[in-house]
Amino acid sequence: MPIQYYIFLAAILFSIGVVGVLIRRNAIIVFMCIELMLNAVNLLMVAFSKMHYAAALTADAKTAVGTDAQLFVFFIMVVAAAEVSVGLAIIVMMYRSVHSVDINFLNRLKN
Amino acid sequence: MEPTEILFWIISGIAIFSALMVLLSKNPVYSVLWLIVVFFCITNHYILLNAQFLAIVNMIVYAGAIMVLFLFVIMLMNLNTITEPRRTLWIRLAGVVSGGLLLTVIISTVRSAVDLNDKKVLMNTGDIGLIENLGKVLFTSYAIPFEISSILFLSAMVGAVVIGKKE
Repeated sequence: MPIQYYIFLAAILFSIGVVGVLIRRNAIIVFMCIELMLNAVNLLMVAFSKMHYAAALTADAKTAVGTDAQLFVFFIMVVAAAEVSVGLAIIVMMYRSVHSVDINFLNRLKN
Repeated sequence: MEPTEILFWIISGIAIFSALMVLLSKNPVYSVLWLIVVFFCITNHYILLNAQFLAIVNMIVYAGAIMVLFLFVIMLMNLNTITEPRRTLWIRLAGVVSGGLLLTVIISTVRSAVDLNDKKVLMNTGDIGLIENLGKVLFTSYAIPFEISSILFLSAMVGAVVIGKKE
């Protein structure tokens, strides 16, 4: 598969995530769109890893080029899991104080 | 076309359709369910790329844990009775236009990139995505980031409990 197709797919998913962050006002949906963007990047990283592996495979049959990218994807997942737990706690706290998950309430954090 | 390519197109189509449905659903519960479909498609992409460890982790962590957390929070808030305030038409239009512009810029850049010509992604085969190779590298050269990420998890857990508890 040419690498371009994977880049296009990841770019489309990423742009859908960006549009979602811009046009929705529900904090949970905005949060889910951020997850979508993270996943698009993960997919692209794995595709690039296999691309470099395929290039290195012709020179050396036992090469391990591209392992780092897959480990980075693993670490992105770890950070995303931590981020979701804290972010959802913040959303729950916000809902408890203003009884809404509208992100426009975050315009005035002072009160 | 090979079966792998046919699968690639089918899974990509489902992924893009469900990503759009995440945005277009009125009910947040439906959005979460569509997002699970997207993650499922991405897991299938990992399997096509023979990144087996990441496929399993993606399925367990994202579709299993994170999405259940989202569902829990939505059920806890009982959001489906509240109608979401909508942005004005102009803001929504501007959002779609700017997202489309971003997509256009990326696609035109990639199409004109000479370096990416004739670069193939290896599918179905390759040992680097297997847990043997990844585990060896993770516990040798990436041992310190691994330990730091465990501390990050601990602090995130403490933070979530502190933020979430009632005064």
